[in-house]
Amino acid sequence: MADIEEFEHDVLVIGAGGAGLRAAIGASEAGARVGLVCKSLLGKAHTVMAEGGVAAALAHVDDRDSWRVHFADTMRGGQYLNNWRMAELHAREAPDRVRELEAYGAVFDRTSDGRILQRNFGGHRYPRLAHVGDRTGLEMIRTLQDKAIHLAIDVHMEVTIVALLKDGERLSGAFAYDRERGRFRLFRTKALVLATGGVGRAYSITSNSWEYTADGQALAYDAGADLQDMEFVQFHPTGMIWPPSVRGILVTEGVRGEGGVLRNSEGRRFMFDDIPENYRNQTADTPEEGWSYTQGDKNARRPPELLTRDHVARCIMREVRAGRGSPHGGVFLDIAWIKEKLPNASEVIKKKLPSMYHQFKELADIDITKEAMEVGPTTHYMMGGIRVDGDTQMTNVPGLFAAGECAAGLHGANRLGGNSLSDLLVFGKRAGEHAAAFAASKGEARVDRGELDAIARKALAPFELGPGGEGPYHVQHDLQSMMQDLVGIVRREDEMRKALDGFEGLRERAAKAGVGGNREYNPGWHTAMDLGNLLAISEAITLSALERKESRGGHFRDDYPDKDAEAAKYNLVVRKGAGGEMKLSRVTIPPLPAELAAIIEEQKS
Amino acid sequence: MSTATFRIWRGQGGQGQLEDYTTEISEGMVVLDAVHAVQADQANDLACRWNCKAGKCGSCSAEINGRPRLMCMTRLSDLDTNKPVTVEPLRTFPHVRDLVTDVSWNYRVKKRIRPFTPRLPDAADGTWRMQQADIDRVQEFRKCIECFLCQDVCHVLRDHAKHEEFIGPRFLVHVAALEMHPLDTLDRVPELREAYGVGYCNITKCCTTVCPENIKITDNAIIPLKERVVDRYYDPIRMLVRRLKGG
Repeated sequence: MADIEEFEHDVLVIGAGGAGLRAAIGASEAGARVGLVCKSLLGKAHTVMAEGGVAAALAHVDDRDSWRVHFADTMRGGQYLNNWRMAELHAREAPDRVRELEAYGAVFDRTSDGRILQRNFGGHRYPRLAHVGDRTGLEMIRTLQDKAIHLAIDVHMEVTIVALLKDGERLSGAFAYDRERGRFRLFRTKALVLATGGVGRAYSITSNSWEYTADGQALAYDAGADLQDMEFVQFHPTGMIWPPSVRGILVTEGVRGEGGVLRNSEGRRFMFDDIPENYRNQTADTPEEGWSYTQGDKNARRPPELLTRDHVARCIMREVRAGRGSPHGGVFLDIAWIKEKLPNASEVIKKKLPSMYHQFKELADIDITKEAMEVGPTTHYMMGGIRVDGDTQMTNVPGLFAAGECAAGLHGANRLGGNSLSDLLVFGKRAGEHAAAFAASKGEARVDRGELDAIARKALAPFELGPGGEGPYHVQHDLQSMMQDLVGIVRREDEMRKALDGFEGLRERAAKAGVGGNREYNPGWHTAMDLGNLLAISEAITLSALERKESRGGHFRDDYPDKDAEAAKYNLVVRKGAGGEMKLSRVTIPPLPAELAAIIEEQKS
Repeated sequence: MSTATFRIWRGQGGQGQLEDYTTEISEGMVVLDAVHAVQADQANDLACRWNCKAGKCGSCSAEINGRPRLMCMTRLSDLDTNKPVTVEPLRTFPHVRDLVTDVSWNYRVKKRIRPFTPRLPDAADGTWRMQQADIDRVQEFRKCIECFLCQDVCHVLRDHAKHEEFIGPRFLVHVAALEMHPLDTLDRVPELREAYGVGYCNITKCCTTVCPENIKITDNAIIPLKERVVDRYYDPIRMLVRRLKGG
């Protein structure tokens, strides 16, 4: 095939959010020739929207914090299904990764003695999130972007990977198209890091951008890598719900960290009604104690609004279902009430939550210093993903690495807020460095050019069908509604079986998706190509959710509402079978080393 | 439910025309919602950029009724929807397709600016100390979402195409953030005068007017940078000292 542009790198990083950028920096500083592929423009990845902060046990605000407490919090939040080695490395290394960002030029908010300030967040025992108001993701991605552009990294903007290529068992390259001109590209590489983010676009109510179409998970699955914990999708408890066009846009947990409370239509602060047993010792008894905690009182315990995201999301659903919801089907999140406590509340809110103030003012015409917000759960994060080795981030395909949201392990059944940005840094760096080491230790990998024609033909199929074919956006919308209704926050066997049946029809429609126009910057064409990834990964989510007959973390089964002790012993793994079928298996979690088990015990009090 | 007409620029490589699309509108909709509705139902291949839909990523910049704005932050209730709403690509950058322009020049500009270079750490553990009051100004600049609306509206770029000589308001803000960073050690004043062309800015404040992050680009970034250049090169006493020293 004549019109394929070719590029060659030692390490190719797919995705330019926090994990991809940190991986590219890591690989480049290790001496590799690095290519960095972004689906959008550089600096626009989903990381830019992260608001609350980056979790790291710096112990600047509360000196009782340490990596041990962070490790125990992460394991408890993940309901002990976490890859404990990743949880350990993450808790140990996050502080250095944050300090390193400051050395790269990031400007975090400060404590009175001039160090990096930290804030409260759900599931974290002590104030732990280094932040910049509520635009921490922007600070992080811009810092990494500005660092990366001065290193010898080739940035390929607005390029999407269609397929991974292998030389025998080993990863050897990737086939792609560039968005602007619609031309195909071949990347030859010795090692490849997937850092493509999540799957939120499989649902209709989501905080995720158009890019979150499960690309990395699907590419890895097709290349023979294992997927793990796919049933664990995080629904962030507080998305905007009104007006309809903003539905799903995130309202940072920082609002609750700064003292915001949740109320139902009766004005009742309902989060006190249901406090899980394993958090009872750490949760405030009274609203007064909760308020003291948010204001830095070290003797106070956290308010129930700062319990883990899965729990808060379910409590909100309970209020709505019981008919105690807000006018537009959510509940009220109120930060304005703090004017009863602080004389300068309005300025405090604008200073601590500038982005939220701006967002509600501009999009909903609501002044959050005066009125409550209406919020409800929104699809936010994928705990499951590509199964990797905890130290190196390599998958079971030699030369294929994964980091950040597209990889699984660190978060188990539920992710604590703030643990995503630290995950990106810790494991982005590890993936990049290990990929560079892998590349340096191996010879050239060969690309089988025979495959390329078939991949290209498949990619161009929507043009053959033309504008008379099935509308790609309509197929995507129908998939999103189906996943939202049948495999959403509350799951039941009969509904999920209906979803499984639905995939067949959607796949047929996706195969008939057609587009008009030409190959240059054609979003309809790109949407048609994305459908395959979204469908495959949605099916993996559904199959795994059916198999886990218990409720744990982000996975809630209406027909199995309790935790099952047996189910705490395994992760679910999805792999592509020899005949192309999706195979599901249970993989036993290795026992915790005594030292880590002791940390969990000591932190239970 | 009512309808509204959107007059959207369609075409490729600078060639094209405005085309009318009528779509249903509802409470709270923003221009980007309407563009998405057109894309889903009437023109699958309508090219536009967007990511966050919450004013945080700066991808969906366009000229709406002739004014540079983010499509995701422009509510229809603020526009007169009895008349067609025009949506056009940014004018200062080469046109690619429909609402998408080639903004790669901006990325090349940033690469030319010497990066953050911190002083040695203040503490033995390798960390620094900074007071919040000393970083408030820098944090204002770091709010920039790189939507390039300020670059689009700057007449030095828009009308005079001084892309080679002038880095534009976005990157003057970037230089200001570096120069005013308490830890940074480099001196970029010579470049400001020569390579970055700060002198081209004649303070019309158009950039400040369109900034969706409300950064006071002109007052807080550009004017202080101009003052640094003036102090260094045009202060009469310094000029005299330089002349006496033969500099």
